[in-house]
Amino acid sequence: MSLRIVVTVKYVPDATGDRHFADDLTVDRDDVDGLLSELDEYAVEQALQIAEGADDAEVTVLTVGPEDAKDALRKALSMGADKAIHVEDDDLHGTDIIGTSLVLAKAIEKAGYDLVISGMASTDGTAGVVPALLAERLGVPQVTLLSEVSVEDGTVKGRRDGDTASEQLEASLPAVVSVTDQSGEARYPSFKGIMAAKKKPVESWDLSDLEIEAEEVGLEGAYTAVDTAAERPARTAGTIVKDEGEGGKQLAEFLASQKFI
Amino acid sequence: MAEVLVYVDHVDGAVRKPTLELLTLARRIGEPVAVALGSGAENTAAALAEHGAVKVLTHDAAEYADYLVVPKVDALQAAYEAVSPAAVLVPSSAEGKEIAARLAVRIGSGIITDAVDLEAGDEGPVATQSVFAASFTTKSRVIKGTPVITVKPNSAAVEAAPAAGAVEALSVSFSEKATGTKVTARTPRESTGRPELTEAAIVVSGGRGVNGAENFAIIEALADSLGAAVGASRAAVDAGWYPHTNQVGQTGKSVSPQLYIASGISGAIQHRAGMQTSKTIVAINKDAEAPIFDLVDYGVVGDLFEVVPQLTEEVKARKG
Ligand SMILES: Cc1cc2nc3c(=O)[nH]c(=O)nc-3n(C[C@H](O)[C@H](O)[C@H](O)COP(=O)(O)OP(=O)(O)OC[C@H]3O[C@@H](n4cnc5c(N)ncnc54)[C@H](O)[C@@H]3O)c2cc1C
Ligand SMILES: Cc1cc2nc3c(=O)[nH]c(=O)nc-3n(C[C@H](O)[C@H](O)[C@H](O)COP(=O)(O)OP(=O)(O)OC[C@H]3O[C@@H](n4cnc5c(N)ncnc54)[C@H](O)[C@@H]3O)c2cc1C
Repeated sequence: MSLRIVVTVKYVPDATGDRHFADDLTVDRDDVDGLLSELDEYAVEQALQIAEGADDAEVTVLTVGPEDAKDALRKALSMGADKAIHVEDDDLHGTDIIGTSLVLAKAIEKAGYDLVISGMASTDGTAGVVPALLAERLGVPQVTLLSEVSVEDGTVKGRRDGDTASEQLEASLPAVVSVTDQSGEARYPSFKGIMAAKKKPVESWDLSDLEIEAEEVGLEGAYTAVDTAAERPARTAGTIVKDEGEGGKQLAEFLASQKFI
Repeated sequence: MAEVLVYVDHVDGAVRKPTLELLTLARRIGEPVAVALGSGAENTAAALAEHGAVKVLTHDAAEYADYLVVPKVDALQAAYEAVSPAAVLVPSSAEGKEIAARLAVRIGSGIITDAVDLEAGDEGPVATQSVFAASFTTKSRVIKGTPVITVKPNSAAVEAAPAAGAVEALSVSFSEKATGTKVTARTPRESTGRPELTEAAIVVSGGRGVNGAENFAIIEALADSLGAAVGASRAAVDAGWYPHTNQVGQTGKSVSPQLYIASGISGAIQHRAGMQTSKTIVAINKDAEAPIFDLVDYGVVGDLFEVVPQLTEEVKARKG
């Protein structure tokens, strides 16, 4: 029996670049290079490992994003995924969390799946809720924020390290999983992988392929509105001293002056 | 006055501080009605009433502990239907965000995650978010449905405001999906006796410069002299020197204490994402060019093995 794995991957502005907002208060994608959200590399890695351990499995990577988002798909394909789906439509500009989860869920259903694997959070929006929303919309179990994951005999098991406890989770497939950056280092694409990726199929779907109306998504369909975005004022330059034997004492003096001691 | 649902984060009836902060914020937009679920739910009532809850809706069932997230969504939805609130506020823990998000789709509402402040506006609550590793501050609103907003710890000072806090039993019928994800084992985290990292007024963190698990003792000693929580960079965590639960940053905890002391941490963007909103920032680093110094109110360029123990002694001496 074949195992169909869909990995959701997001194309995001490089966090080490100078990220900011465009005039319509959406993310400015022209000014900063984009890449596959680093936290989604962990999702691709776990998908590949699960596929390698299965008799017959196929890994499809899925992104919702503009033209350039193909770069994120290529990276995932070069790591070893089998095929890719790109949902692209001008009307998607400005889609919020609710809209994004709708588009992803419809695309996952159309693709067909036994297991969905997502990252723990994107590195731009960082909400960390899309996987739970996919489970809600698809009507399947969520097995999220796993630092360890395995799939066997139609059951997914994993460890979720929470604030107050560490939990062992278990659910039957189909299910939605999300993995943390503790789940295991992601592999680097090999030269062979990069060359092979060029030949792998990338399907493009638009909103009509998913039977979604334009007014359900994008800025127009958004459930949230951003009214203002202001750059945080630069911190006023602090006092910096060089330790010449009294650094700890000087620091204590500062802390006392600020009433911390 | 409009009612505002506040989801209660508690451990066996002990209400965690972010929920008390939420009650303070909730009072700006309406009358807080608290929802407390699971073992010890009724024991939360006194603390919640003390901080402004006019009503406390409680429910306990084995499902809350035995299955992941969905039973709590079912219950919060039941509370939502019973109350018809003007907004739903949930603490921004990993689980809190998942509960809030699933509720939002079910009730046809938008969601704002990780708010750091909340005000009443002409068109409903206005949430402040601190985004792109805290380099931008945005103000947003939910414009469809009932606003569902998750709020980060340390977003408001806790204020007492005694209210009735009448306990009412919430009636919940679990959905078919509630039992989809089994929790087959649970290992509670051992308490260190130190304050909770996300709630602490002072956080003392160590990074790669600490150079070994055993050396974290000097970070802990400084933390203990100040009554602080201990944090760590991902480099220190990945090296196995300190538990992952103490990691500060994008994929760790985000902290916003009165005072953050970074020792042997360079200040990478992903680390800054978790601590840049701290009120006062102090760093000790032997490299004068380390990016962390761009953030500091006070920095010492020096060897942490000299500076930190000297600071600890001095703090102890001054505290007598
Ligand atoms: C700074 C900032 C703040 C925002 N705040 C809000 C807000 O409060 N409310 C709101 O409704 N929207 C918000 N948005 C928009 C929101 O981030 C996007 O709609 C986004 O696509 C979904 O949320 P996320 O990126 O936070 O995803 P997360 O929930 O953090 O992502 C988790 C996982 O979901 C998958 N995923 C997410 N997006 C995609 C995608 N487009 N394609 C494929 N896989 C994906 C990935 O596997 C990812 O690892 C914000 C955006 C930004 C940049
Ligand atoms: C997707 C993603 C998510 C990430 N999430 C996080 C996160 O949540 N948290 C996080 O912290 N990082 C995170 N990182 C990693 C981050 O990019 C940095 O690698 C990490 O923060 C570096 O940790 P560090 O500052 O301890 O180490 P380094 O960058 O190696 O810095 C060590 C510092 O210690 C100083 N030093 C050395 N010896 C001494 C001494 N004796 N006395 C004084 N100073 C000394 C050095 O000068 C140096 O500045 C993430 C990365 C990615 C890609």
